[in-house]
Amino acid sequence: MEKILQVKDLELSFNTYGGEVKAIRGVNFDLYKGETLAIVGESGSGKSVTTKSIMRLLPEESAEFKSGEILFGGRDLTKLSDKEMQKIRGKDISMIFQDPMTSLNPTMPVGRQITEPILKHQNINKDEAKKLAIDLLRLVGMPKPELRMKQYPHQFSGGQRQRIVIAIALACNPQILIADEPTTALDVTIQAQILELMKDLQKKIDTSIIFITHDLGVVANVADRVAVMYGGKIVEIGTVDEIFYNPQHPYTWGLLSSMPSMDAEDAKLYAIPGTPPDLLNPPKGDAFALRSEYAMKIDMEQSPPFFKVSDTHMAATWLLHPEAPAVEPPEMVIERMKKFPGSRYYEGSAN
Amino acid sequence: MARYIGKRLIYMFITLALIATFTFFLMKILPGSPIASADKLSPEQRAVVEARYGLDQPLPVQYFDYMFGLLRGDLGISINQFKGANVTDVILSRMGPSAQIGFQGMLLGTVLGILFGMVAALRQNTWVDYGSTIVAIIGISIPSFVFASMLQYWFGLKWDLFPVALWKDGFMSSVLPSIALAMFPLATAARFIRTEMIEVLGSDYITLAKAKGASGSEIAFKHAFRNALIPLITVLGPMAVSILTGSLVVEQIFAIPGIGEQFVKSIMVNDFSIIMGTTIFFSVFLIVVILIVDILYGVIDPRIRLSGGKN
Repeated sequence: MEKILQVKDLELSFNTYGGEVKAIRGVNFDLYKGETLAIVGESGSGKSVTTKSIMRLLPEESAEFKSGEILFGGRDLTKLSDKEMQKIRGKDISMIFQDPMTSLNPTMPVGRQITEPILKHQNINKDEAKKLAIDLLRLVGMPKPELRMKQYPHQFSGGQRQRIVIAIALACNPQILIADEPTTALDVTIQAQILELMKDLQKKIDTSIIFITHDLGVVANVADRVAVMYGGKIVEIGTVDEIFYNPQHPYTWGLLSSMPSMDAEDAKLYAIPGTPPDLLNPPKGDAFALRSEYAMKIDMEQSPPFFKVSDTHMAATWLLHPEAPAVEPPEMVIERMKKFPGSRYYEGSAN
Repeated sequence: MARYIGKRLIYMFITLALIATFTFFLMKILPGSPIASADKLSPEQRAVVEARYGLDQPLPVQYFDYMFGLLRGDLGISINQFKGANVTDVILSRMGPSAQIGFQGMLLGTVLGILFGMVAALRQNTWVDYGSTIVAIIGISIPSFVFASMLQYWFGLKWDLFPVALWKDGFMSSVLPSIALAMFPLATAARFIRTEMIEVLGSDYITLAKAKGASGSEIAFKHAFRNALIPLITVLGPMAVSILTGSLVVEQIFAIPGIGEQFVKSIMVNDFSIIMGTTIFFSVFLIVVILIVDILYGVIDPRIRLSGGKN
């Protein structure tokens, strides 16, 4: 498969009054054409910062690339000038934000907000851009698009506004669409509609999607591959089945265990103990070690490298080291692994 | 919209009637007489003069006379300052210079203020920002009469660029008073726009605009500016007041034959009908400004566009 975006050893820090906050500490991943890569992790894990750094949307006075590169179309995005970046934003890479209530300009008719990137990046006149915008509104399922072009954001509901934001993002048929928790601010029924719409549109325009979320239910619904982030690093990456049914990293175990399940017997929901690490002084070893009951001595000393589980599946945990003692994952994870061919708990097909 | 304005006009009418009533009775409570050298007149002479201006009537009669006159647009006649001249004519003849320096001051102040505020917000925490802050602090803290005297000293006396005072050289005479009047609106606008621009520039829709590929200037002018303007409109009303009260002082200092100067003098000589007339004139002005501000809100911010028109 064709790699459309490569993030290599990316390190990024924020310079604050308190000191240097190491928000991204060596992130590696590839994005393939037409796939949906979900990045999951709790607040502060660096998932939003990673994608915002791809778009270079972080405040330039405080955010600083320390090392690594972001390769897109043969160019390193970390090195481009503002002007060059402006040509890529909204055209080749575009973004959908979390809160549709605040991400549209309240004093500009939505029609103009949609035509803006079209006029900016495509060589067409205003009338053609308007027609295109109406088509886009129709594409995202907005009834009476001609009438609604002249209206202002406050005249739309939250779900409709997110549809408009999606229309803006898709205006120039981007190669990469970054969706930063696009359904978090919406209520559940609207969430499902927006997810369906995104899947539908992805097929139509053949774009790759980076989908940031902390909702594993959403991940299972949309993603082809999943990257789990913790403390500014990716700790596990694999296909959606590998992450859900053969997870290797204790943090992934924790995440999966804290997911509400229909057939869970005990009513109490699991929560990972402790708080995320302070990235002003990141821990020396495995960032998750202090919260993990599976932590070993080496986890406190050295940060684990990636161990290959399969061709598509890697996890950064010392538990995968040949000399590590075998440990039992949590009950719930074992239940999941039983269904996965290739895992050590596989019991054959269910029937 | 038409219905809204109609309703507002009725309220304006009521407000004006109340203001006229209050001013009328306040004037009557004040000691002193508008008749110059009243002590030297014999009681008979005095009665003649009072009868001429209707001052011999009982208070309620005077009040209703005045109010009905007001309804017909008749502000009465000047008692001593302009000796029998029609008050409306006096105000109209004095309006020109006041309107000119008021308008120039307001325009200069808001335009420069917006500019300073924008630049300060876009170059936050640089010397440009600090410079504009200092100008704003000076503009708010130095009273206009101090500033006016400084302008007269430096630009009028020392460098001889503009006339020190008097209304003789047309536009040149209006420059210094306009600058003196502009300081407060300038400072206020600069502070408001700076604060608001910084907040707007941090909002989600600005990030989205950036994500669309908009350039820095497109973001500042197409997306941020209009949103940053909204709170400024709120202070336009108070600014207009500052221009009015400012002009009372500034017109005195620069000896400009405007309404402010005439108003101050009429108070000193107790010219009842001129004081009343000017108060009502100022009130009308302010009420109209407030109405315009309310309509402007809707023009700039679609969220508070007045209903009546659908959409």
